[in-house]
Amino acid sequence: MTATAEKFDLTIDGSGAGTPQAPAAEATTDATTGARTARTPRTPNSRLSVVTTERRYVPKPSGKPDPVAHLTAEDIEELGRELDALRQEVLGSRGASDAAYIRKVIKAQRWLEMGSRGVLLFSIFPPAWLVGTAGLSVAKIIENMEIGHNVMHGQWDWMRDPKIHSTTWEWDNASPSEFWKHSHNQLHHTYTNVIGRDNDLGYGIMRVDEDQRWVPSYLGQPFYNFLNMLVFEYGIAAYDLELGAYVKGRGKDKETFRRDAMKVVRKIGRQARRDYVIHPVLSGPSFLHTIAANAVANLVRNVWTHSVIMCGHFPEGVETFAKASIEGETRGEWYLRQMLGSANISGSKAMHFMTGNLSHQIEHHLFPDLPSNRYAEVAPKIREICDRYGLTYTTGSLPHQVASAWKQVVVLSLPNPQPGRTRVGIAAEAVGKRVRRRLRGVTGMPRGRQSRVSA
Amino acid sequence: MSTPTAAPRRATLVTRALRVAEMVTTPLLPADYLDLINPLRAGADLRGRIVDVRRETVDAVTLVIRPGRGWRGHVPGQYIRIGVDVDGVRQWRAYSLTCPASAPDGLISVTVKAIPDGKVSNHLVRRTQPGTLIMLDQATGDFVLPEQRPAKVLFLTAGSGITPVMGMLRNHLDELADVVVLHSAPTADDVVFGAELRELAATGRITLLEQHTETAGLLSLEELASRVPDWAERHTWACGPTGLLDAAEEHWAAAGIGDRLRTERFRPTVVTAGEGGTVTFAQQGQVVEADGATPILDAGEEAGVLMPSGCRMGICFGCVVPLRDGAVRDLRDGELTTATPENPVPIQTCVSAAAGPCEIEL
Ligand SMILES: Cc1cc2nc3c(=O)[nH]c(=O)nc-3n(C[C@H](O)[C@H](O)[C@H](O)COP(=O)(O)OP(=O)(O)OC[C@H]3O[C@@H](n4cnc5c(N)ncnc54)[C@H](O)[C@@H]3O)c2cc1C
Ligand code: FES
Repeated sequence: MTATAEKFDLTIDGSGAGTPQAPAAEATTDATTGARTARTPRTPNSRLSVVTTERRYVPKPSGKPDPVAHLTAEDIEELGRELDALRQEVLGSRGASDAAYIRKVIKAQRWLEMGSRGVLLFSIFPPAWLVGTAGLSVAKIIENMEIGHNVMHGQWDWMRDPKIHSTTWEWDNASPSEFWKHSHNQLHHTYTNVIGRDNDLGYGIMRVDEDQRWVPSYLGQPFYNFLNMLVFEYGIAAYDLELGAYVKGRGKDKETFRRDAMKVVRKIGRQARRDYVIHPVLSGPSFLHTIAANAVANLVRNVWTHSVIMCGHFPEGVETFAKASIEGETRGEWYLRQMLGSANISGSKAMHFMTGNLSHQIEHHLFPDLPSNRYAEVAPKIREICDRYGLTYTTGSLPHQVASAWKQVVVLSLPNPQPGRTRVGIAAEAVGKRVRRRLRGVTGMPRGRQSRVSA
Repeated sequence: MSTPTAAPRRATLVTRALRVAEMVTTPLLPADYLDLINPLRAGADLRGRIVDVRRETVDAVTLVIRPGRGWRGHVPGQYIRIGVDVDGVRQWRAYSLTCPASAPDGLISVTVKAIPDGKVSNHLVRRTQPGTLIMLDQATGDFVLPEQRPAKVLFLTAGSGITPVMGMLRNHLDELADVVVLHSAPTADDVVFGAELRELAATGRITLLEQHTETAGLLSLEELASRVPDWAERHTWACGPTGLLDAAEEHWAAAGIGDRLRTERFRPTVVTAGEGGTVTFAQQGQVVEADGATPILDAGEEAGVLMPSGCRMGICFGCVVPLRDGAVRDLRDGELTTATPENPVPIQTCVSAAAGPCEIEL
């Protein structure tokens, strides 16, 4: 079952994944007394509501303290208003220079890609191979990150240019845009870091938070994560296709899955034909060298995007949220969750650009539909707000954040320690139990059941 | 090689080359790359480059445009749509062509008058530089002279309404024996193409009657008979503000010669408002609140929905999309249109406003 079927109204985030819009008439503060008059009751999609009536906290199994225990309902409401105002400020000043920016980036990326592929026609010569492969790697990264990801978020829809629009864009990635937009914009951005709802927390194959339940298969997650890094675009495609759920019999119906899978396979086919057949054939004697160049460029992009994306929500310091905590969530609370559930990467302008400004993950999650070139100017203001409200603003250099995320992946591959028992001890016991059950199963249980256990 | 097979063989070669090119550029199209090199090439989406901006009056300019290779020409009196980025946002507006129909240099021109608070007209008149690339559409419209040129013609115009008429005069004057132009503008200096019109009048090619409304007041059609005594014998083309055109239609109809009058409207005549409501664009996943006076086209575009459009005033049907559910009101006559998912109804979004919640198939 995908989360769409549940009771939150996803349209408020829309396929463009904008920040939910507050209805204009709702900020009802009495001008003379300052008292809030009309209080909207909590409704299922109250993320449109700017009014927070009560402070609620749903504790998590780990018993970690509430990170915002010090804020009152009024504080959260005020926070929501401040962030709305900040968003409005940027929206109001969006204009010709922003449009010129994205057009320039798209143009430069296309020239770089064409130029690099051109150079690679002579990839048999080592300097040409090096220059062409480097250029193609960079072009592919920009295409996925600063252009594809952001265009498909609807960050540039306001330009009304049908060629740069979330509904028409297709990217150089194994995952077709329509599936990616659903799982990323509609699910991940709505349910950010809600345990059991946001599959981006470990992509369904890993445990990246103490409050995710441990099972023995997580022992292999450092290895899966490494593998996923190498083939990341295919990992994304399988994930967006909801392959895992389907295999476990919990996903789409067979018909839908077949149709969707065909779309993915065809897209992968088209990209592979370009990178590993046509371009090499056009390179003539450089055939093999061009194949290698494309493979390396795709690998570089996989490793880079995987690393950057891991930094978004996995590093230490990032908060997760209990499923029940988002029931009737208001705008202020939604904003809070986005801020505490994301982590930034600090670094140079070039680094921000190459990450598609996902290094401004906190700002991006607060305002997913603001043009990416504007996050840098919003960032210090968000940081100031965090300071003022006593909220953690998680950030660090790229190597630091990547290491932190990897550390989580490795440490959390083991279960949480318990008083008097170590992580390793608990894991060993659980594995032992499972092995014994399996052995018993071989003699006593029907076969079908066994293969299920091993799956 | 025999000639009959050469052409098809070349065609298949081209198709094959194209297919290979598509395989190379996937997920984009070859055009996306070719556009970087030559946006005006044959086969590209129709665009134009502004090569000159000529001032006509204080608030009007003529844009001289080099259209892309796909330009198919026009009949004088017709208009084109221009897509221009204002503050980064693509806006489409219609402008009548004022140029010779087949200029040897292949350039075309439109003349734009800035209207108060007008988004696009002010941008074009005050801020547009030569070299700007714009989007274009092929010429269209039936405000043109018939093949059989009428013997006596009256052009009844006001303000920027002179533009399609100028297009006809510049192309067909030699074929017209007797032309009267009755034009209204605030002052003599505000008359767009004033010098050219007066020159034509001086050489006896047309009879020019100017109404300077700042001093003489608005033209009243009561005076028409005194100013153009044979008006009823003339075939008339009228273009100007809504008030003038409404009055003219009434006047000609009252005389029983409604068929001798042709009008070109630059904006729709709005008579009623809808009730407003929530408009859902299901496929693009957008929901917007629209009031009863806002065309669904504007409301959708404002929210970033990609909407097809054309004249934006209810004449070209370029904006038609199915209303899947709910009700809309036609802003021109107040007529209510309702639809259900079983019975979707095509509507013109540029002149329809929400009349309650409705869902558009986009
Ligand atoms: C078939 C056709 C041919 C046209 N040819 C020409 C032409 O040759 N030259 C030319 O200058 N314009 C022409 N127009 C009008 C032009 O398309 C635009 O409507 C005009 O430039 C105003 O656009 P804007 O963006 O500046 O105004 P907007 O920002 O759209 O409107 C601003 C305000 O002005 C009002 N308004 C809109 N249009 C007009 C109008 N025409 N007159 C008075 N008020 C208006 C609006 O209701 C609004 O309140 C033509 C229109 C059509 C449909
Ligand atoms: S845009 Fe021409 S009829 Fe609506």
